[in-house]
Amino acid sequence: MASIVAVIASTHHPFYYRASTSTGEDRPPFADEWTRKILAFRETLTRANPDVLVMVGSDHFHQLWLDNMPQFLVGKAPVYDANWYNEEREFGLPRMTLKGHEDLSSHILRSGLDAGFDLAFSNELRIDHSITCPIITLRPEADLPIVPIYTNIFAPPLPQPSRFVQLGSALRKIIDEWPPHLRVAVIGTGHLSLELGGPRQFGPHGPDPSFDEKAVSWIANGDLDGCLREVSLDSLHAPGNATHGFMDFMLMMGVAGAGVKADYVDTFDLFHTMEAYFTWYPNGVAA
Amino acid sequence: MSKYLLNKFLFTVDRDPELVERYRADPRGLVEWWESTTANTLLNCHSGEASTWLAFTDEEREALIAHDHVKLFSLGSHPFLTLTLFIAMFERDNTSPLEYQKAYGAALAGFTLPYPDITT
Repeated sequence: MASIVAVIASTHHPFYYRASTSTGEDRPPFADEWTRKILAFRETLTRANPDVLVMVGSDHFHQLWLDNMPQFLVGKAPVYDANWYNEEREFGLPRMTLKGHEDLSSHILRSGLDAGFDLAFSNELRIDHSITCPIITLRPEADLPIVPIYTNIFAPPLPQPSRFVQLGSALRKIIDEWPPHLRVAVIGTGHLSLELGGPRQFGPHGPDPSFDEKAVSWIANGDLDGCLREVSLDSLHAPGNATHGFMDFMLMMGVAGAGVKADYVDTFDLFHTMEAYFTWYPNGVAA
Repeated sequence: MSKYLLNKFLFTVDRDPELVERYRADPRGLVEWWESTTANTLLNCHSGEASTWLAFTDEEREALIAHDHVKLFSLGSHPFLTLTLFIAMFERDNTSPLEYQKAYGAALAGFTLPYPDITT
């Protein structure tokens, strides 16, 4: 059977690539510390020595559109082109090409459908920065095959927060039951408090530092009960109008398991939004 | 009111570099051209098929023509789409980092929770 060697939850900040690669006057003052934190976070994946990556993210109105919007979608393709013109334009992100792992995609689709999740699929999916940002931060070689899983945290009506947790728990079981003896890392990205296109955007910190503090504690301690008690589709408007991306963190808490503390936790208080990085080792810390 | 059609405009213009420039330089011309040629295009479909019923209200059309992101916010257009396209058009005029992004937020300071509903 496959083994899940690492579960990783992270913010996906599209400014990291440009900040970390800029030099001289163009290099922002926070770039060095940010890079140090990312290199330490990257090591938590590297030491797990994965063979394949399951990548949870959310399309930002690139390929998925309101005329045909899936709630949960699994990519099933041999290759994924990545990043889009408007991400090159705004963030300076490079075009990338990632290999797919169709056998694991098929397994997740079949098992997920049989477990009661009506998963959509795509045989030609161009992925965006919700998945390429963690490739850039955690596996810049971009050499491992992936299975992308998109969630709708963006275009209401959205699934309930509890549904994200349930899907995460199901994914844990589904991947554990995948027959090949391969090492799988599950990596998902979301947001803490975040405002995009509203009055609270681009402040000196994230729009709601007190929410961020609570959210980091929920994730770090695997406190799904506390999190589900306080978080609803309505409540997530208060910390910032794009905070529904936190539900992808809740999905990853479902993968990690209720009550399971993260083995690695780090945060970085930036302008506009707080960065947060978590790693769990379900089979113990890698040697 | 058609939040969907406002979003469709923002989405399709944002993804096309030529349309971004036309919208910046000639908003009335671009909005009227888009509504007459593209509003009813089925995006995820074979070419040659189209819808028959999509049109802006006068208020929506004028908000787009005026580059009025505050009005678009109040109409419930998706704030990510509006922000992304407007950054593409106007960030280039910045004289300091994030100048346009901060001004964009400040112009929305009159809004308190709950914000206009963006559900389509």
